[in-house]
Amino acid sequence: MSSTAGKLVTSRSELNIEDYLPSGSSIHEPRGKLRLIDLIDISPTLTEAAGAIVDDSFTRCFKSNPPEPWNWNIYLFPLWCFGVVVRYCILFPLRCLTLAFGWFIFLSTFIPVHSLLKGQDKLRKNIERVLVEMICSFFVGSWTGVVKYHGPRPSIRPKQVYVANHTSMIDFIVLEQMTAFAVIMQKHPGWVGLLQSTILESVGCIWFNRSEAKDREIVARKLRDHVQGADNNPLLIFPEGTCVNNNYTVMFKKGAFELGCTVCPIAIKYNKIFVDAFWNSRKQSFTMHLLQLMTSWAVVCEVWYLEPQTIRPGETAIEFAERVRDMISLRAGLKKVPWDGYLKYSRPSSKHSERKQQSFAESLLARLEEK
Amino acid sequence: MGNTSSMLTQYDIEEVQSHCQDLFEQQEILLSLYQRFCQLDRNFAMNPLSLRLLKMVDGLNFKDFVAFLSAFSAKASLKQKVKLIFQVYDSDCNGKVSFKDIIEVLRDLSGSFMSDEQREQVLSQVLNEAGYTNDSFLTLEDFIKVFGSCKPEMDVEIPVD
Repeated sequence: MSSTAGKLVTSRSELNIEDYLPSGSSIHEPRGKLRLIDLIDISPTLTEAAGAIVDDSFTRCFKSNPPEPWNWNIYLFPLWCFGVVVRYCILFPLRCLTLAFGWFIFLSTFIPVHSLLKGQDKLRKNIERVLVEMICSFFVGSWTGVVKYHGPRPSIRPKQVYVANHTSMIDFIVLEQMTAFAVIMQKHPGWVGLLQSTILESVGCIWFNRSEAKDREIVARKLRDHVQGADNNPLLIFPEGTCVNNNYTVMFKKGAFELGCTVCPIAIKYNKIFVDAFWNSRKQSFTMHLLQLMTSWAVVCEVWYLEPQTIRPGETAIEFAERVRDMISLRAGLKKVPWDGYLKYSRPSSKHSERKQQSFAESLLARLEEK
Repeated sequence: MGNTSSMLTQYDIEEVQSHCQDLFEQQEILLSLYQRFCQLDRNFAMNPLSLRLLKMVDGLNFKDFVAFLSAFSAKASLKQKVKLIFQVYDSDCNGKVSFKDIIEVLRDLSGSFMSDEQREQVLSQVLNEAGYTNDSFLTLEDFIKVFGSCKPEMDVEIPVD
């Protein structure tokens, strides 16, 4: 997937227009005869190389900074120990019970509705929607989630897609308790996969597989089909493609932005006061992550539903994606970095370097033609 | 945050600051750079010039590392920035940049997307137009003359954790 991972953010203001344009087109590109200075001035490439030397901003996006210990004091430490006891021995069992209770209600209603109301699709869908929202509320309750929603609630309309920044799989649960979204997800193994194939199927989910090359086209087609359908639940997409540590946003994949429909951005920001909600999928399994959340005091977060955007005439999908990324980053107070989230999974190949060489060579040769 | 910063003393910081002519003044920036200096992945080539730049900082101690990077500070002058670009071209460090030196950097920048003949043709053409020949040796003064008054945009922001 080509990403406009062009220049690293330089020390000039964040509103550097060149960061918004796809790599290859630059408004400062001097047309006309090639001069010696054009050849010798390697400063943009050099700056990017130096930027990579002084800072590995890519890894920074996926690092969760451990909080400074505050409990190493004579009276704070016993208090903290008492807190641990309360959290693990009182809160945790209570939460497990609540969750079990929620599951019980859910399953005892969902299974009959799913099998008995086979004929009356509309009614069944409505009930299932409500049930999914309910079980998500139970989940959020099980970590004492304190979620503040800002902005107009999503409405079910055709030809619209919701995009949000991604910190953990719980993003989906936090949003789902307010509106039953259909979602596009990576298929996971284990009990999560089981949930995905049973319950999430009912709200209408699309699966993808990161490791398959041809997968992208299949998924793009499925997305398009889903968005056209009037009855389908609104589609929620996380265009970053991976979990980021809620301090940064990585490049948005353009798939969600070339469906020809309205894009409604959602910004999510977690407050690290009690627990860091970032799910580092390389370090923790989802189960461990959930347990960590359930044994902390609370999960505090804010959700902003932002103004729906449509693609402007003359704007490419990548530019549109960047524009929406700016809105979300600004609202949630996240820093933008020009990296492709998928680099987390595959070793960066020489393709990135080669792409730069190619664009340099092509522009040079093109200008050589102009006499 | 101050994780590995305990390795550097105040004296070290001041020595490094004066060595790079105070172009990196803030202590936090130097601490951040030191962490990075210790963890530098020398094989990582994201960019056509990364390896070349890494080779130039390889083997340098921290003081010289910071002095080298000081050309990327926003406060560095045009002369300092052009000097760094000159040093990138002058790989054998003899104070002169030859036709061959420029071709080598061009080769890094364009890779397999241009043939050697095309590169030589482009370079000859612009050199001749600027008043040099293929056999000329360019010095730092020549480079400064070529840049004239347009300061290259070479500023790197060093994030402080």
